[in-house]
Amino acid sequence: MKRWLPSPLLSLCLLLMWLLLNQTIEPAHLLLGAVLGIVAPVLARPLQPQGYPRISRPFVLFRLLWLSLIEIVRSCFNVSRIILFRRTEGVNSQFIHIPLDLRDPYGLALLSCLINSTPGTVWVEIVPDTHELLLHVFDLHDEQWWIDTIKSHYEQPIIEVFEQPRHSEREKTT
Amino acid sequence: MNIAETLPTWAALPVAFLLVLGGLISLVGALGLLRLANFYQRIHGPAITVTLGAGCILIASMIYFTATQSRLVIHELLISVFVLMTAPVVAMMIMRAAVYRDLRKEHVADKEKTGTDRTATGA
Repeated sequence: MKRWLPSPLLSLCLLLMWLLLNQTIEPAHLLLGAVLGIVAPVLARPLQPQGYPRISRPFVLFRLLWLSLIEIVRSCFNVSRIILFRRTEGVNSQFIHIPLDLRDPYGLALLSCLINSTPGTVWVEIVPDTHELLLHVFDLHDEQWWIDTIKSHYEQPIIEVFEQPRHSEREKTT
Repeated sequence: MNIAETLPTWAALPVAFLLVLGGLISLVGALGLLRLANFYQRIHGPAITVTLGAGCILIASMIYFTATQSRLVIHELLISVFVLMTAPVVAMMIMRAAVYRDLRKEHVADKEKTGTDRTATGA
């Protein structure tokens, strides 16, 4: 099972993508999509040295994505307002450092996508020595507020989603 | 324009509203590129266009084609998924390139300074 279907979620996504692309649910396309969904992850497995990500709490993930969507819409209007109505010299653009506890590479990838999709914040890099995130904020008022928001609203759910099974694994091995 | 004329009112209103809103948001994003002072600020302008601007136009497209073809047309979802997966990566790459460019500039400036100092002490 694990050998031929390394990531059921990825297979399902590929099947869905195939059906959406062809805009049909005919049996022939269902079959083709299923073949794609099974063959592609197996063939692509050598390209993933970390293995496929394991998502332990789908509900938390959906909630995170939904909240991020609201946040994206909200900050879209904030940034638009600044561009339209504020004098650009008054905009306080700053780099800030945020200490991160998240270590899972897939979790970090998701975090960077969410932060970069939100207008007004751009991920620059993770400082290798201290594992701090260097973040550029468009209009900074309160640095501590940003650190708290990112840590509680984004990082905490992502840790729950991606790092939970690893902890239990580690407990098993020790 | 024949198909557009057969569009029922319940679909025409949200489609028109979303298209105008999406267009306005894209315009604001472009205006941001024009108005903002430096590169690090300008990178935030197109983020609005990519997320909300593209989102509005894609939702309008879904409603329009679902209403005119009387079947569910939602493959625009794929476009939004791929845009949301690729645009952040591009933003991060551009940002890092800019940071390294500025760091290198500082580095070269430092080198020139120490270089002139050394020649000054040597002389």
